[in-house]
Amino acid sequence: MCRLAMKTAITPFSPYSVISAMEAMQEGYDGSGLGLLLRGVNFADYKYQAGDPILSGIAHTDSSLQRLNAFMEANGYALKYDHEFDVNPALVEAKDRYKYFLRVYRLPDTFKDFSQTQIDEQLMLTRLALRADGEQHGGDLTAFSFWPDVAMIKEVGWPLEVGQALGLNDNRITSRICMAQGRQNTNYGINLYACHPFFIQGIATMTNGENTAFVPIREYLSGMHYPGYMGYQSDSEVFAHILHFVVNQLKLPLQAYKHVITPLKTDELLHHPQGAFLKGLRDACRRLIIDGPNCVMGTLPDETTIMVMDTKKMRPATIGGKPGEWALASEICGVDAMIPDRDKSLDFQPMRENTVIVPPDRQEYTIWSQFDQFPQHQAA
Amino acid sequence: MVSIRSISSTPSSLTYHDLPWIVEHSEDRCTLCGRCTSVCPTEAIYLAYRRQRMPKLDLLQKKRGSDYRTFVGIRQRTDLDHRCIGCGMCSMVCPNEAIGPQVNANDERAHFHSYQKGDAGKRGGRRNDRTSLLDQISFNRISMLTDPALDAGRHEFHMNTLLGRILPPAEYIRRQAAGEWIPPVREIFPFIIGSMSFGALSPNMWLGLLQGVAYCNEVLGIPVVMCTGEGGCPPWVLKSPFLKYIILQIASGYFGWDEIIRAIPEMQCEPAAIEIKYGQGAKPGDGGLLMWFKVSKLIARLRGVPEGVDLPSPPVHQTLYSIEESVMKMIQTMSMAWDFKVPVYPKISGSTSAKSVLNNLVRNPYASALLIDGIDGGTGAAYDISMNATGHPIASNVRECYLDLVAQGKQNEIPIFAAGGVGKNGNPVQNGMALIMLGASGVHMGKYIMQAAAGCLGSEKNRCNVCNLGICPKGITSQSPKLYRRLDPDQVAQRVVDVFMGLRIEMKKCMAPLGRSQSLPIGMSDALGIGNKDAADLLKIKYTC
Repeated sequence: MCRLAMKTAITPFSPYSVISAMEAMQEGYDGSGLGLLLRGVNFADYKYQAGDPILSGIAHTDSSLQRLNAFMEANGYALKYDHEFDVNPALVEAKDRYKYFLRVYRLPDTFKDFSQTQIDEQLMLTRLALRADGEQHGGDLTAFSFWPDVAMIKEVGWPLEVGQALGLNDNRITSRICMAQGRQNTNYGINLYACHPFFIQGIATMTNGENTAFVPIREYLSGMHYPGYMGYQSDSEVFAHILHFVVNQLKLPLQAYKHVITPLKTDELLHHPQGAFLKGLRDACRRLIIDGPNCVMGTLPDETTIMVMDTKKMRPATIGGKPGEWALASEICGVDAMIPDRDKSLDFQPMRENTVIVPPDRQEYTIWSQFDQFPQHQAA
Repeated sequence: MVSIRSISSTPSSLTYHDLPWIVEHSEDRCTLCGRCTSVCPTEAIYLAYRRQRMPKLDLLQKKRGSDYRTFVGIRQRTDLDHRCIGCGMCSMVCPNEAIGPQVNANDERAHFHSYQKGDAGKRGGRRNDRTSLLDQISFNRISMLTDPALDAGRHEFHMNTLLGRILPPAEYIRRQAAGEWIPPVREIFPFIIGSMSFGALSPNMWLGLLQGVAYCNEVLGIPVVMCTGEGGCPPWVLKSPFLKYIILQIASGYFGWDEIIRAIPEMQCEPAAIEIKYGQGAKPGDGGLLMWFKVSKLIARLRGVPEGVDLPSPPVHQTLYSIEESVMKMIQTMSMAWDFKVPVYPKISGSTSAKSVLNNLVRNPYASALLIDGIDGGTGAAYDISMNATGHPIASNVRECYLDLVAQGKQNEIPIFAAGGVGKNGNPVQNGMALIMLGASGVHMGKYIMQAAAGCLGSEKNRCNVCNLGICPKGITSQSPKLYRRLDPDQVAQRVVDVFMGLRIEMKKCMAPLGRSQSLPIGMSDALGIGNKDAADLLKIKYTC
């Protein structure tokens, strides 16, 4: 079973502190990989301008890097900053890493007249095009994310060693949110795309557990023929896509996510203030019910952070911290490692009906229960 | 010397060695009580005088001779109309275990003697084919690595399925906001008592099923529903709150529908659904036939026909010339009759055109589901050729249809229900869950329920199979009070409840190791394996051996 660690703070911090939390929970994973997502990124040697998309990935050969450059140029993206990791190759398990890239681009001039939705669409399609390009060339190019304020790193190996290999302890990159997950996926093929966190249009999730309902969910999402709903090297990737579907496509409030993936029972809905609406929502989204056991942690583009459990609640998860700074982890020792000087009476382990939400102001987290009034909908 | 003319040896004469079942009788245990002969549904055995030679030997007088004794014994009739059907009722009633049918191990010649009086062989009941692909499928995606398998006894399982049209999520939200019509959806148990009409079944059987279903729903919380089949529904049921557990079927004979329509204003609740039968799996192209001797006074009244006449349902709806038209007309009118609050769906025979029908339904906003009935489906009466050789097996048919929906992203919108051979070898949950993981939302089963809940004697070895003749030895499919009073509705109800409680346990035992408890594993094909490469490739499941 893997372990999750996530920290969200008003003041940017080094991802290494989250990797240290992973180390604290080391007994819970096999060290087969590390996935990191940084949101609200700051570079020590570059003044990042919010809104510029950041491309994260790995070029495995020189030629793939050249293809990448050519592609971005041809599509009108101008390179503003290219972060050079201070890589220690001796600590990198894989031998075909030519360059880890983390590059800030300027949007093409042609986007000037685009609506935000169109821009979001283009960013996603660009990432998918790069990914497809890599796949067409024997997997020599891996593109994790292309989105403002978001940087992603995925690598095979023991998390702490991966952090050291990429020099993440040098404070040259800091962020307001850092998500870390310490394992490759269990089922299905192993490749870098299969590592958590999963990302689509600014929405990211990582998961601790197994999604036994994966195949029907994958079939349902793929059937929507939405370009971003692809990949599925891991059974956990669907969690990110469901969150994207609920929030971006259905335009439902964040609380609906829990109602979609783990709906209440019919008897419970009969007593719910918006039971009729939620029952219909459950039916309409029936194929998206996850069958756990899972703990899902996610972040949204506005730096909201959420954590939910599946209904069986067979996975550990906890939140703790203090105003302005919160840590979410699979285990208390992970929270301890990230925020040792907190008021432990504020620690909370969500139950099956809870969604823990840390809003962007990070002053306090809310525990929203599925039995509570659902914050929507005139018709509901 | 016996003249050759007195020996009965016509082209169609048989001895009991030629018949599929031979009644074995041990005279030494028989007390001649006569119960066996009186219970025999086909009158295959009768008491007859027999003569036995008693050798007489007087040693002292050196005289030899014979005496004869005359006694009452049991004989088996050898004409096809009265052949032994192997039901075993004789052994069931015999107080001394003196009698019982045995399968004829020889080549039985009776097959060659069908077509008597120019008619082709027909029977009620079953296909008489033991093999079942569904029995070969195993569930092998066991959660082991990241997760312990669930505990079937301890965890809470959600096993219900949905019957009704499901809107795409965005459309649902839009209609909710706009206050528009949302199609009705029922939450039901995925094992459904399939359509057996109130005409095919005896009143006691029907009452027993209904009682059992009501108990499952109201006491146990298992939302079992049952389908009436063609032929309507007793008026007291139509006006009762039990109607919500009943799927009313309308078939091409439209029997009983005037009664149903008349009862609408007095209905306390809506029926579970309306099933429009376009075909059935066991005899596509045959239509239904309720033979005259099953058309009792009650049945005649329910169906609005004279007593004692044959009631044939044509194989197709005569008023419609295409499924497209009927989808347009019938589904919509039936929906309208219940104010668009009742799911309406068609039942078709498993066939190569099932996919086209499905796609037709996908485009109809009122269509609620599709029930596909495969070749192994039971039936009241059909020609042997139809039952044995006409139709399409259900597994590949359902799978093909489901994958077609998947490709369109519509698999949550139109639920597919499967029927045909579920539980034919006594493994209903294995069969049903396999179909569910292949993509069905639920399964209908009729024969299994008759066998399990009412002790139907039929088997997949050509046993009994006289459901069509109204002489059901257990009183399950007979309209004769002499016969159906053998069946106690309360006991049937008890068995229905037993069965569904048992099914529920087995479903948990099947879902728990897969790590599924929150939703029925519809389409979870990654959990399936089969030791038959061709079937695995066709069904797109794992080949395991």
